[in-house]
Amino acid sequence: MSANSLGRLLLSALVALVLTVLPLPSWADLVRPQFLVLAVLYWSVNAPRTGGIAFGFFAGLMLDIFQGPVLGEHALALSLAAYIFVREHQRIRSKPMFQQALIVFAALVAYEVVLFAIDGWTGHPVTSLLRWIHTVTGALIWPVAAAILAYGAGRRA
Amino acid sequence: MAAFGTGASRPLQRGGSGFRFTVYAVLSVVCMYFDQRGHYLEQVRYVLQGAAYPIQLAVSSPPAAWRWLKESFQTREALQAENSRLRNAQRDLELRAMRYEALAHENGELRGLAGALPPVADRWLAAEIVTVQVNGLRQRLLLNRGQTNGVFKGQAVLDDKGLIGQTVHVGPWSAEVILITDPEHAVPVRIERTGLRTIAVGAGDTTSLALPYLPGNADIKSGDLLVTSGLGGVFPEGYPVARVTSVNRDAITPLAQVKAAPLAHLDTDSEVMLVWFRADHPAAPATPVLSGKGNALGELSSGDPAMQPQVAKHAAPPAPAALVPAAAGTSAPAGAQPAPQSPPAAPVPAAPKPEAAPGQTP
Repeated sequence: MSANSLGRLLLSALVALVLTVLPLPSWADLVRPQFLVLAVLYWSVNAPRTGGIAFGFFAGLMLDIFQGPVLGEHALALSLAAYIFVREHQRIRSKPMFQQALIVFAALVAYEVVLFAIDGWTGHPVTSLLRWIHTVTGALIWPVAAAILAYGAGRRA
Repeated sequence: MAAFGTGASRPLQRGGSGFRFTVYAVLSVVCMYFDQRGHYLEQVRYVLQGAAYPIQLAVSSPPAAWRWLKESFQTREALQAENSRLRNAQRDLELRAMRYEALAHENGELRGLAGALPPVADRWLAAEIVTVQVNGLRQRLLLNRGQTNGVFKGQAVLDDKGLIGQTVHVGPWSAEVILITDPEHAVPVRIERTGLRTIAVGAGDTTSLALPYLPGNADIKSGDLLVTSGLGGVFPEGYPVARVTSVNRDAITPLAQVKAAPLAHLDTDSEVMLVWFRADHPAAPATPVLSGKGNALGELSSGDPAMQPQVAKHAAPPAPAALVPAAAGTSAPAGAQPAPQSPPAAPVPAAPKPEAAPGQTP
């Protein structure tokens, strides 16, 4: 069971990573949700023992390779988001989908705040408001993403 | 996978997850500190970038396959038309290059040199663009050439019309390029008509650069050509960058608002050039080498000759020290000394400057 769910987790991470680096036109690139972050959040809530903080950390390290100015930036932000979701996983899991999306929105904002702060501290300030778009689109797509992942896991959403 | 299974052995309690979060948070902060402060993690990044390359390659393969398919099903007429167009273009270029030798020699004599200087571009290597990320926040390319091809961090990238950008992260088989229009990028430029130096900053879309540091009374007008000024240690002097498109002088702001359009086809290119420059050339980037390891062309692994840099025909002076592994990201001219733009006592190319490249002998 554990090895099986670990396999599913890694598969979903790979798919999310591909969706993250898929080249898109400029406007679509800006509204693209952070799929890997959503996957980390999903597994933190639904399989907190398999996924969770370590998964968040390594997924963040991959994101750092693709789009981070310093190694460890996304890793820190994503372990924080995963930690919140692991800690509150029972409460979040029992919420209806709409409220879950709101919680995801809050987590994505926290994630982006961490990135924003580190960007500023390391001397790569990107102050454009465009960077916050993905928090909204991520929350909007959360019900769909969660349903797909739950279907893949053979569980009811 | 012990890393993922740490929580499985014991009951998941609040203390447990908090402890693990603390460990990973500290680990991230240590990572960031060493990556930012000492660049100690270059090796880690190098390995991870190598691991990430197959994913990027796979993701970019459908568009690449589509392009290949389109090319292989072109009609005979289209190919003939393209062929004749290319032949015309080549004839034009040859006519233009005809006087080049004579002019270069004359220029050398005017500068008080014995003969013509070799071109500043020593070697070049064509690279294909694997993936493109272009949005208002980030403008990056991924090229299919890496350290195995001799690519180094902070290398200039050009296309046939002008400057594209520079490499920021180099993996074993791939290199990430920051475009000159990335909001984080700044390139030191000179207005070709007046010689005025300033900095062109990326504005976040591929069609415009901003020149935010020009006073309101600066002599600049729409249509002026901007060329690299040679400051900053990455780009050599005199390469075309952009053309000024609008100059807005506002009475209430002390600075002029100037926009320029890049000359390179940043959004339509599928192939770009990585360029090596002679460090001892007067037009070479001004800031000298900090340190170099494993970048010498002599250490290049041989292999497919098409994957290796071509050497310029004018290989008169021995100049393997032309590699300039300048500190990447230092596109701003902080601490850069003025470029020797027209010095009568320009260094003779046969005698490399002592500070050119430590440890590299021609």
